[in-house]
Formats: sequence, structure tokens, C-alpha cells
Amino acid sequence: MDLVFWIPATLAVAGALGMVLSKRAVHSALFVALSMINLAVLYLNLSAPFLGMVQIIVYTGAVMMLFLFVLMIVGVDASDSLKETIKGQRLAATLIGGSFVAVISSMLSSTITTLQSDLATETINAGGNVQAIANLIFGRYVLAFEATSALLITAAVGAMVLAHRERAKPKLTQRETSKKRFEDYALAGKHPGPLPATGVYARHNAVDTPALLPDGSIAPNSVPGPMQARGSVRPVDEYDLQEVKDLSKGELVIELDHEGDHESK
Amino acid sequence: MIFLRNPTLDDFGIDPWWLIVIKVLGVFVVLVLLTLFSIWAERRVVAKMQIRVGPNRVGPFGLLQSLMDGIKLALKEDLVPKNAARFVFLIAPVISVTAAFMALAVIPFGPMVSIFGVWTPLQLTDFSVSVLYVLAIASVGIYGLVLAGWASGSTYSLLGGLRSSAQMISYEIAMGLSFVAVFLYAGTMSTSEIVNAQEKLWYAVLLLPSFVIYTTSMVGETNRAPFDLPEAEGELVGGFHTEYSSLKFALFFLAEYVNMVTVSALATTLFLGGWRAPWPFSGIPGANEGWMPLIWFFGKLLAFIFIFIWLRGTLPRLRYDQFMNFGWKTLIPVSLGWIMVVAVARTLIQESVLTNTRTLIILAAPIALLLLLSIVVEMRKKEPEIDELEVEVLANSFPIPPMSAALPKTQTKLAVENVRDSNG
Repeated sequence: MDLVFWIPATLAVAGALGMVLSKRAVHSALFVALSMINLAVLYLNLSAPFLGMVQIIVYTGAVMMLFLFVLMIVGVDASDSLKETIKGQRLAATLIGGSFVAVISSMLSSTITTLQSDLATETINAGGNVQAIANLIFGRYVLAFEATSALLITAAVGAMVLAHRERAKPKLTQRETSKKRFEDYALAGKHPGPLPATGVYARHNAVDTPALLPDGSIAPNSVPGPMQARGSVRPVDEYDLQEVKDLSKGELVIELDHEGDHESK
Repeated sequence: MIFLRNPTLDDFGIDPWWLIVIKVLGVFVVLVLLTLFSIWAERRVVAKMQIRVGPNRVGPFGLLQSLMDGIKLALKEDLVPKNAARFVFLIAPVISVTAAFMALAVIPFGPMVSIFGVWTPLQLTDFSVSVLYVLAIASVGIYGLVLAGWASGSTYSLLGGLRSSAQMISYEIAMGLSFVAVFLYAGTMSTSEIVNAQEKLWYAVLLLPSFVIYTTSMVGETNRAPFDLPEAEGELVGGFHTEYSSLKFALFFLAEYVNMVTVSALATTLFLGGWRAPWPFSGIPGANEGWMPLIWFFGKLLAFIFIFIWLRGTLPRLRYDQFMNFGWKTLIPVSLGWIMVVAVARTLIQESVLTNTRTLIILAAPIALLLLLSIVVEMRKKEPEIDELEVEVLANSFPIPPMSAALPKTQTKLAVENVRDSNG
């Protein structure tokens, strides 16, 4: 019994400390997830299985996952500036945090000393844990519950309104883009197929390697535009050029040997 | 023989420690064996569907092929990319596979049996919210994929990880909603009691829409074809496990197949009566007692795995936006509507305002009307007309785009004239 308390409790506190102390934002988020899961274990241990499971599903599975998404996409990294932008925030944080701890501990101590017998787990969970919670939520606290749900729905609708973007033109469907491609081909002679792939030689096939046309010249567009603009197009080997030339003249024949490997003669 | 009854929640949590060890090992071994078997089955069945033979060299019918592949995988070089976040890179597959294994702890394999003289249910454990436990474990398992994607330090991996977790979170909602109808009818969230509640009628029959929604979302949840977008090779190379090799990759592979088994087992438990014998066999005396139900349970489980393989062999992969639209704009609203219907029906029956049949008719009538209406609307919708092109096919000219690439008429004529001019 004690072990089931001390292990998750230690881990939960360690997670909370790790969240504050770690330098990378993603690590902080992971420590919070650790803390949340251990809190859920504590709830389970206190005969509140429903709360424990919901804690994991909602906080670990949804809320922290959203945080992680944002952190990963935005790419907050070790290069975060640690310079303080708000003056005196340490002092303010210490004061507010300290008073919060004082309030909580005084409340807790008064509750523990005047613990009522009807707060025993057996009485509360008499008809089953889930049923007891349902009775409270849809009975005594129904107004608070409804108000919270209205608040959450408002927040969700608000987020959607803020993120909504009016399209100037209707979105093109797959059919329309395909039509457009062939229109461009008919009018401007633009190739309707995909862009040429990068060059694949025995020596390298990275994205900066240009493909070669049969005459040995570089195929335009075979290296992505931004890389061309940056000038990071890999120069073509002399050997490659010679090989292409010989192949196009028919002086070089590539044959397959017994194992199926290429062998040029 | 008084112990040959349905297990209740009081039967759990009283096993001696050695029995718990046996059960844990049992669950683990069953999952590993099923994984090895389903990899082999997948390759053989898909091969059969594509008129090939499939692996048939190692062991009888090639049964040991997946074991050999596993050994080969373990002996490969273990690579860690230079800009990977080492620790997270290491624990991501472990999280993934641990979560996958843990979920099967609450699946009932059978009724009360005697193991070395102790009467116990054929189930590791159960408590009042065990179906929620499965959902909770699944949401922890997603961390494995996201972290793998992030820690690899590669764009393909990151995008693959984000995509797969977005997919799994979206489909988890539809999945959770499909459970609600079952909870309402069974009046409990414990797996063994849900199986007990299906003694007369399976929920797959009674709650057919929920069953359909669950089976659809379970394919999305396990990242299997046709919903296997996270590893869409043409776009993302290997998705979140692009940078993984050797045993770490094997762990992801294991997790995928264990997840497949878990969701199938959950579908069996919630909708197909769990270990209960299907209709013609349920008449056999003793079919639902002792060790016999293992046959029915694994029979149903393997049927689901076959369906997974069948889907993979048949359907092409969905496009990402189609897939997300389907999840958010079809599955979830339909689920919500269906829950309303079930809740109303349940209340009407419980308050004994109406009998079963009358409730059914009252609720079915508007749905049927809605369906009819949607069919009528669909039929009256006109096909978009394609302007007939007056394009002459010129001999020896370059191939002309197909009719579907309709152009405004004047432009087409111009284009054709240009071609004529250049041909002389």
C-alpha cells in the first residue's frame, strides 16, 4: 500500500521538477506527461478509477499531446533565449506561488483535522465509483457542469472563428487541377507529367544531383528550385558525362551479369 | 461445479501471486505468437490474393519465416542518426510496444476455469472502467510515435510522426463515441460484465451502426491499409520509423501487430459476445463453460485479423484530406446522432413508456425517412456537363489530351490551329 503511494508520488514530483528545470521545451512537456500519468496512478490508488482513466485520456492523451504538437512544429529548441523580459517577475512569481501554497496547505490541514466520517471512500463509492460521479455531476453540480461545457464550447467555436479563412476562389478539386494541367500543355506546351527526378548514379543520388539528358546536358528542373537559387547544385562528374555520351552513341552497353548487378563493358 | 458461472467484478483481484505471474506470461506469449502468426498469415494470404505463393521455405508452410525475419532484424546494425535526441530516440519504441502489450490485460479470454485447483476467470484483471483503460493506454501509445518522429531529427520522420498521431487522435474520438452505445446498453464499462450482458444478443446486431463505426475507426487507429498514411512511401519514405533500424524497428513492427490483435480482441469483446459461442454452436452443452470458449474467442479474433489482411490486399490507400474529412465530417457526427437515438430508446424502454418494438418503429421511421430523402436528393443532383470538344484528331500529330480535359471552345480551336500550322 505504501509502496503504491511512494513510487508514483516520487515520480510525479520528479516530473514536476524536471518540467521546471529542463532546458528543452519538448523535454519539459514530456516531464509534465510523466507527472500526469503518476497522478492518475494515485487517483486509482485512492479508489477513483474513473478519474484516473479520464486524467490519462484527457490530460496526457489530448492536452499534453497538443502542447507537444505545437512545440515540435514551431521548433522551440535549446537555443531559447533565457533573458528575462518582464522586470521583477521572479519576485512576483515567488510571492504569488508562496501565497498559493499557504492557502492550499491551510485548507488541507483544516480538512484533515475535521475529517468527516461521510467522506470515507466506502460511503462515497457505495453504488459504484462511476455512478457516484454521475450522481454528483448530473445532480448537485449540474449547473456548474453545464456552465463549464458552455464555456468550453464557446472557446472551441471562438478558436474556429479566429482560425477561419475565407477563400477568394473555391478550392480546386483533383479533376480541375488535372484539367488545368492539360490546358497548360495545350496552350503553352508545359509538360503535364511530374518534374524530372534527380540524377541517380552509382556514386550519389542526393536531391542536389541533377539528372542528365541523353546528350549529357543537365535536365532543367531536376533539382528543386530553392536549391538552384542557393547555387547548391552538385557538379556532374566527368565520368558520368562520358558514360552518358558513350551510351547515347551506342559504344557502351550495360549488361546484367548472373546476379542481376549492372556491369558496364 | 458451482463455479461454472459468469465471472463478476468480485472475482478479480483475489488471485494468488503465482497465478498472476502465469496469467501475465500467458497474455505475453499469446500476443507474441499471434504477432508471428499474423505476419506469416498476412504474407501468405496477400500472396494468394495476388496469385503468388508467398513464404514457404522455412518450416512447414513457411510458418517459421517471421521468426527468422525477427532474428535477422535483431542482428542488424543499430543506427542512431547524428542529430537524434538520443534518450528520447531510445525510449520511443519502448513506450510504443509497452502500451501495446498493456492493453490486452483487461480482455476476457473465457469464463471461470480451474488452474491448479484455483477457480479464476480467464482474464488477467478487470475493474469498473476497464474499457476506458484501453483508451487511456492507446493514448499513451501515441506518444511512442510522436516522440520517435521528433527524436529522429529528420523531416520525414517528424512529418510522419505528426501525421500518424493526428490520425490516431482523430480516430480515437470516433472509437470512443462508438463505445458509448455499448456502455448505455450494458450499463457498465467493465469488459467481463459487457460480455455477460451479451448472453442473449450480440451488440454487433443490436447496435450495428456502433459496430460499423468501431470497425472503421479501428483500422484507422492501427494505421493499417487503406488508412496507412503515416508510412505512405511515396510521400514520407517510412514515416515516423524512417530512421529506425534493428531491434528498435522490430519493436515498432511488433507494436503494430500487437495493436492489431488488441483492437480485434476489443471488437470481439464489445460487439461479438467475447468468448461466447456463436449461434449454431451455442446449443452444444458445455460450449460456454471451462476452456472451450477459448476456441470461440480466438476464432472471432482471427476472423478480424483476416479482415485486416483482406483490406490490405484489396483497397488502395486514401488521400490524407479525404481520410481526415471522413473521420471528422462523417464518422464523428454519425456517431453523435446514433448515441442520441440509443439514449432516447434506452430511456423510453427503461421508463417503460413504450415496448421494445414500438420504440424501434418510432425511432426507425424518421431515420428511414431521412435515408429516403437523401437518396432522392442524390438522384436529382445533375451530373456536371462536360462541353463536347470539337477536336479533330490529326494524323501523325502529337497525342491530344483526353476529352475530360475540357477547354473553353475558342482556346481549343486556337490550339488545334497552331498544331496545324506547325505541321505545315
